[in-house]
Amino acid sequence: MKRAGFTNPWLPILLLVPQLSIIVVFFYWPAAWAIQSSFYLQDPFGFGSTFVGAENYTDIAQSIEYRKVAWFTVYFTAIVTFLSLSIALLLAVKADNVLRGAKTYRTLLMWVYAIAPPVAGFLGIMFFDQSHGPLTRFFGFFGWDFKLGVDYFDTATAMIIVAVWKQIPVNFIFFLSGLQSIPRSVREAALIDNNSGFRRFWDVTFPLLAPTAFFLLIINITYAMFDTFGIIDTMMKGEPGANPMTLVYKVYLDGFRGNDLGGSSAQSVVLMVLVLVLTIFQFRLIERRIHYT
Amino acid sequence: MAQVALEGIHKVYPNGFEAVQTCSFVIQDGEFVVLVGPSGCGKSTLLRMIAGLEDITEGTLRIGDRVVNDVDPADRNIAMVFQNYALYPHMTVAKNMGYGLKNRGISKTEIDAKVQEAAKMLNLTDYLDRRPSQLSGGQRQRVAMGRAIVRQPDLFLFDEPLSNLDAKLRNQMRIEVRALQRRLGTTAVYVTHDQVEAMTMADRIIVLNGGRIEQIGTPKEIYSTPASTFVASFMGAPPMNVLNATVSSDKHVTLDEGLELPVAAPAASSGPILVGIRPEDLTLGEGTTPFDVQIVEELGAQRLLHGTLGGQAFSVSVNKDHEAGTGTIPVSITPGAVHFFSREDGFRI
Repeated sequence: MKRAGFTNPWLPILLLVPQLSIIVVFFYWPAAWAIQSSFYLQDPFGFGSTFVGAENYTDIAQSIEYRKVAWFTVYFTAIVTFLSLSIALLLAVKADNVLRGAKTYRTLLMWVYAIAPPVAGFLGIMFFDQSHGPLTRFFGFFGWDFKLGVDYFDTATAMIIVAVWKQIPVNFIFFLSGLQSIPRSVREAALIDNNSGFRRFWDVTFPLLAPTAFFLLIINITYAMFDTFGIIDTMMKGEPGANPMTLVYKVYLDGFRGNDLGGSSAQSVVLMVLVLVLTIFQFRLIERRIHYT
Repeated sequence: MAQVALEGIHKVYPNGFEAVQTCSFVIQDGEFVVLVGPSGCGKSTLLRMIAGLEDITEGTLRIGDRVVNDVDPADRNIAMVFQNYALYPHMTVAKNMGYGLKNRGISKTEIDAKVQEAAKMLNLTDYLDRRPSQLSGGQRQRVAMGRAIVRQPDLFLFDEPLSNLDAKLRNQMRIEVRALQRRLGTTAVYVTHDQVEAMTMADRIIVLNGGRIEQIGTPKEIYSTPASTFVASFMGAPPMNVLNATVSSDKHVTLDEGLELPVAAPAASSGPILVGIRPEDLTLGEGTTPFDVQIVEELGAQRLLHGTLGGQAFSVSVNKDHEAGTGTIPVSITPGAVHFFSREDGFRI
């Protein structure tokens, strides 16, 4: 392969400066600051700070509350990822078979994607409203006295439903385009080889969707862990007391509501490491497996 | 192995397009039938209806003694080879070949034995653990063939299986496919737009045009007595020369431009007519009909002379040892090698 070269060694650096400065200003600098402040105890009123070593980290490790939030994050992420992927896949398979009105059907499904997370959260609040919410009433029919923002389990359920609903369109679009890129003749060959539609799906269609599915799995885990902040913030209606929350929300809560900047920084460093691990895992696996051609 | 019978088969797409007009024919047990025609003639639709990949609008389809109109493709006991091979990219060659058997509840050892046997037949034994992406076009084609034969189906269906191969490989595979089908004795329906494939492989050819069957016959019948000008010009390369002419009341055949042809006019006809003469049914340097040669094409074994006869486009093919140049030379027409067609509908008179 021919390699293009620059005659002036400063030109490539100059061209990289805008991109690099964005990364430095919005990632490396705050990250470095977070790592540094995670070793200090900040005065709540901004009158200086004391070096405390790893105490913020040991606090996290020993905190029962942190563990509780961490477990909720795990459950929340697992459930949201599983549901939004599986429902989107089901919808995509069905949409792929639709011949008439396919465009309308797809457009309607994709609309949700355009809704901002806090707005989605707000819609959720309305759906689960104590006295007027249609879903609260619906649950009431089955004798479930749904209490959003009061009952831990109910709030968690509502958060999961809204988070899943919000994420389905993205997954749907990817799955649908993945399905449509499977050659028609391969499916027809399967049609001749196997008379069970269910087995055909798992033997032929799904393995060919695996690259898409794996990519979406990573995207969805990241979404559930980090991008659901707006939904969670809106739905707990400013009362974190007995309500469930994710790790990211706790970083915000401890740092900006509780004024414990040191502890909050330590938590965000932990999250940073988690993202790093997830990214390495993604690159390793995507590079190695799941590609056929 | 089975006979295939189509009775009044008809296909109309939901948008109203009539892909295949009502047709009936029977394919005998063990016969190799080629459906040939230009693109859009309905040959693939017909094949896909036999496969069950396309609904049959009207008519009855029998494979063996069974009416299969509403039978799932997988339950018709057929095997199909696709144009782009349609191999499963995530499965090895062995798995690709065995997948259809696995779904019929055949034991693993039996599948392995059958796959090995087919692989041996097709020289694929060394490639059984490879993925399709690691194979060449010809090898993929063989795997697709292998997938078809391991199932020991009643019927092979081929949908332009050789058109993705280069010319040399295509000729070789053509012979291999034919030999394999002979050996197995399995009934086969083969779709192609290549008249050479049709002529060389078929026991019988079905020529389709615009969703209609133009002619059914052995390659020899199709070539020597084409049922219409369409068949005459589609089958054979270079195509048959078709000239506009008129039969006078005293049975003289005159080209529209005034040149009289020294041929016997058809008994039952007079007035405007089409005269068909194959390029090889002429002798150069004899006779009285002047042929104005404009271009000479060198084909190695043959020479193709293109020009005009009585002002109408005309080609003559001669043997390689026959010297040829441009300019006007007399030609004679082999007696009995002249075909007459109606000028109204193009059918043979």
